[in-house]
Amino acid sequence: MRYSGWQVLAQGLTGNRGWHPAWRSPDPRPDYDIVLIGGGGHGLATAFYLAKEHGLTNVAVLEKGYLGGGNVGRNTTIVRANYMLPGNSEFYSHSLKLWEKLSGELNYNVMHSQRGIINLFHSDGQRDAYARRGNAMINQGDDAILLDREGVRQILPYLNFDQTRFPIYGGLWHKRGGTARHDAVAWGYARGADRRGVDLIQNCEVTGIDIEAGRVRGVQTTRGAIRVKKVGIVVAGRSSQVAAMAGLRLPIESHILQAFVTEGLKPAIDHVVTYGMGHFYISQSDKGGLVFGGDLDFYASYAARGNLPMAEHVMEAGMTLMPMIGKAKLLRSWGGIMDMSPDGSPIIDKTGIEGLYLNCGWCYGGFKAVPGSGYSFAHLIAQDRPHAPAARFRLDRFATGHGLMDEEGTGSQHNLH
Amino acid sequence: MHIPCPLCGERDIREFTYKGHETYLARPAAGSAQPLWDDYLHNRENPAGRTRDLWFHGQGCGAWLLVTRDTVTHQVLGAHLSREADDAG
Repeated sequence: MRYSGWQVLAQGLTGNRGWHPAWRSPDPRPDYDIVLIGGGGHGLATAFYLAKEHGLTNVAVLEKGYLGGGNVGRNTTIVRANYMLPGNSEFYSHSLKLWEKLSGELNYNVMHSQRGIINLFHSDGQRDAYARRGNAMINQGDDAILLDREGVRQILPYLNFDQTRFPIYGGLWHKRGGTARHDAVAWGYARGADRRGVDLIQNCEVTGIDIEAGRVRGVQTTRGAIRVKKVGIVVAGRSSQVAAMAGLRLPIESHILQAFVTEGLKPAIDHVVTYGMGHFYISQSDKGGLVFGGDLDFYASYAARGNLPMAEHVMEAGMTLMPMIGKAKLLRSWGGIMDMSPDGSPIIDKTGIEGLYLNCGWCYGGFKAVPGSGYSFAHLIAQDRPHAPAARFRLDRFATGHGLMDEEGTGSQHNLH
Repeated sequence: MHIPCPLCGERDIREFTYKGHETYLARPAAGSAQPLWDDYLHNRENPAGRTRDLWFHGQGCGAWLLVTRDTVTHQVLGAHLSREADDAG
């Protein structure tokens, strides 16, 4: 069924009996041309673009839990293209353009809201860095406005401008940035892929990858063996374990990133605001909850929950920046498993094994990349050559030293990202 | 999380800085071939479960510790001085 205002009206008048599940639930077939391991945002987007852009529909997405039950279902939903380094800038620029037409393309409202992102700065040096970043964003065809202190005060009057340690000097305003409804992104891509014939198979864990003579032959799963020509690993958070089934050792260390949501409040925060000095970022969801987070917990973890020191740190930073949120009641917190690469940038590449492709290392920023990642990974799998905007996301860049994308300038070392 | 420092006793995690997997102790010899260095610096086992990693007790005794812990439960199973790593096996 194609969703429309007319359908809402028609179904409303006929007892809402015509709505159907948004995707089928087929049993796995014994063979496919392409299997994608991982039914999260990136995997579902890849399946959708394989079908839509390349006409490949003999495809299965294998998900060990339920669709969208991983990181795409637990993140702070920010969408932006405020990157600077070659490799990252054209990729996220491409991804943002896909976001802007996504609801129409999927016939599914992903609630993409370009409410604008303001990155605050707190020193002359940081102002220079943001001016440079803003210029890079404009050069890549995106938007950026450098605000001075009074400019920020006009837009965000509720901030505490009188902090003694990190006074607000201004901000970099990325108007096309914003948020989207994370679950809807997964569901929209799932429905779009299913409608084009892709099999979405839930509760199906991959337990082995069959390789003969350096070539992928199939996968072993909890629902039987599947013969397959090409396999894409797109399992952020579990990349190391799945790749190990193919004998690969990845430049990945998994860390936990916590986020927090308050009770629903009246609209108060109209933008996404980031406070780099305090490691804090915040937006308000369409339901009214304040959604915010900070840094990684900074040690290898798969616990899907953090520890209290980082929670305390985030609350302190939030209270420093906007004391008004102090009376909001915190409803819940959660931790997502981030597969961190040494330079903080992603990997979309072939592996040394023919027919095996890898999409991982999204670190703390996988959500905004969902459309671009899916589009580029589908291109790589379908055509066996990298898609131009993602051509620098090479697996071997750590070995060669060429093309490292250390966006934060902290160094390409595991404990720094 | 608390880490049982062999010199200071059990201390809050905030006193420590994380370095990473004990791979960092197996430093290739100077002049080793490039693939060894890549493996040492970047590639990781990254286990979901029991692991051993290096922590620096910067706000305590200043020692480097090898901590055995579970990455799924956050349970800390033990810690000893990294210079005694060979003795501890």
